[in-house]
Amino acid sequence: MSAVRFDRVSKAFGALKVLDDVSFEIPTGQAFCLLGRSGTGKSVTLRHIVGLVRPDSGNVFVEKQDITKLAGRELADVRKHMGFLFQTAALFDSMTVGDNVSFPMERHTDWSSADIRERAMKKLADVGLEKDFDKMPGDLSGGMKKRAGLARAMALDPAILLVDEPSAGLDPITAAEIDDLLVKTKQGGTTLVVVTHNIPSARVIGDTFAVLHEGRMLASGTIETLDASQEPLVQTFMHSTGGG
Amino acid sequence: MPQLSLVDRVGTGALGWFESVGAVSTFGARAVVEAARPPYEIREIIRHIYQFGYRSAPLILTAGFAIGVVLSMHTRASLARFGAEAMIPAGLAIALIRETGPLTAGLLVSGRVGAGIGAEIGAMKVTEQIDALEVTGVDSFKYLAVTRIIALMIVMPFLTIMMDFSGIFGGYVAEAAVSGMSWQLYFERAFTYIDYSDIIPATLKTIVFGYLIAVASSYLGFTTSRGTEGVGEASTRSVVMSSMLIILSDVVLVKIIFFFYPAVSG
Repeated sequence: MSAVRFDRVSKAFGALKVLDDVSFEIPTGQAFCLLGRSGTGKSVTLRHIVGLVRPDSGNVFVEKQDITKLAGRELADVRKHMGFLFQTAALFDSMTVGDNVSFPMERHTDWSSADIRERAMKKLADVGLEKDFDKMPGDLSGGMKKRAGLARAMALDPAILLVDEPSAGLDPITAAEIDDLLVKTKQGGTTLVVVTHNIPSARVIGDTFAVLHEGRMLASGTIETLDASQEPLVQTFMHSTGGG
Repeated sequence: MPQLSLVDRVGTGALGWFESVGAVSTFGARAVVEAARPPYEIREIIRHIYQFGYRSAPLILTAGFAIGVVLSMHTRASLARFGAEAMIPAGLAIALIRETGPLTAGLLVSGRVGAGIGAEIGAMKVTEQIDALEVTGVDSFKYLAVTRIIALMIVMPFLTIMMDFSGIFGGYVAEAAVSGMSWQLYFERAFTYIDYSDIIPATLKTIVFGYLIAVASSYLGFTTSRGTEGVGEASTRSVVMSSMLIILSDVVLVKIIFFFYPAVSG
């Protein structure tokens, strides 16, 4: 069964075509890494999955529901099963780090305040930020914000976790810790959709891969398929060692 | 790019203006509809009431006091020519309660709160916090805009009453300094010619001011683009747009008040 399915999705912003007839399928419980250069439509693809962007044509299915046809409460209900780590973390800067992580639980569960606090603390401990519960996002470094964002994205143990550039701007040790955490999350049964141009990181996390270029799917498949690709851009990408 | 003629430029500008008016009106109408639907976000509304009301109080009280002092000095200068100094408290109270208090409170709040709403929501827009709310399954329009609109509609009449009374007190201080009039006598004279029809409609019209300030500022926040520059612009435009809306709506509201309370126009 597929957790996410793109069916001939196209999207343009004005004259700029960002996605052009893109189709792919992500099996439940697997990690799918979307690779590509900056500005090739990777983040827009993620935003389609969570319904923040609507396609001009085509359909996006999330657990069999066509998210392009949903709005309001129905869309919110589907989103409750998803977590999203933004590239900039997008922490709510009027709340403490702990409140950021507690927020999804407060909104969508009837757990007691003590339970929520305990679970939020546990989620923050998973990303090494348990001592920063009461700090404001403005007091955190870029990497810490990212980790706090990941804790918030995982607050409700989502069935699908969407991650936009998890290791961008992080030191190699923290990046490796995040990779480990994502692998553990996947092993717990969560479907991962990871946008990255950090190939070593993608090799650790991913089960299946796709390379986007100028809005089109250049190659897709397992790591072996992509490593064997004769496409020059795919080769360049797969042999790169740079982080993100 | 070809040079547009004057007619084309005026036409394009007019179309853009009508488009903006339509968009703000739709935004405001949607807020009314959404306010009636659950969830009601009571906690957020209370938080905003504290932010907009309690934290605006020092500004309102200070401004009201200063306006009262200045109005008293001007009124004294005018009425002294006719030997009607005894009318100073009543003249000042009528001016404050009917018009100066509500309008000044509205303009001050548009500066303090309107700018804040535009900047805060604008900053959330450009830093993807609004998207983060949406993906958490929260209706960002309701959570950010509707709660602020309701809170400001609740807060405005109270701030106006504070402004009215601090103005009257300011007027008393100025008058007492010149003539040594007692507070009891001043208060009695001030309210001799004041009726409920002076106080209630003028105070309640500020609910409309609160609605207009919050709608205009939230709309500009939600439509912010171009990073920090856009946030600054949203903040400035929030003040300009909400001030203009307050002044224009005041004309209409005063006319409506005169229609329903003819005694007030006398």
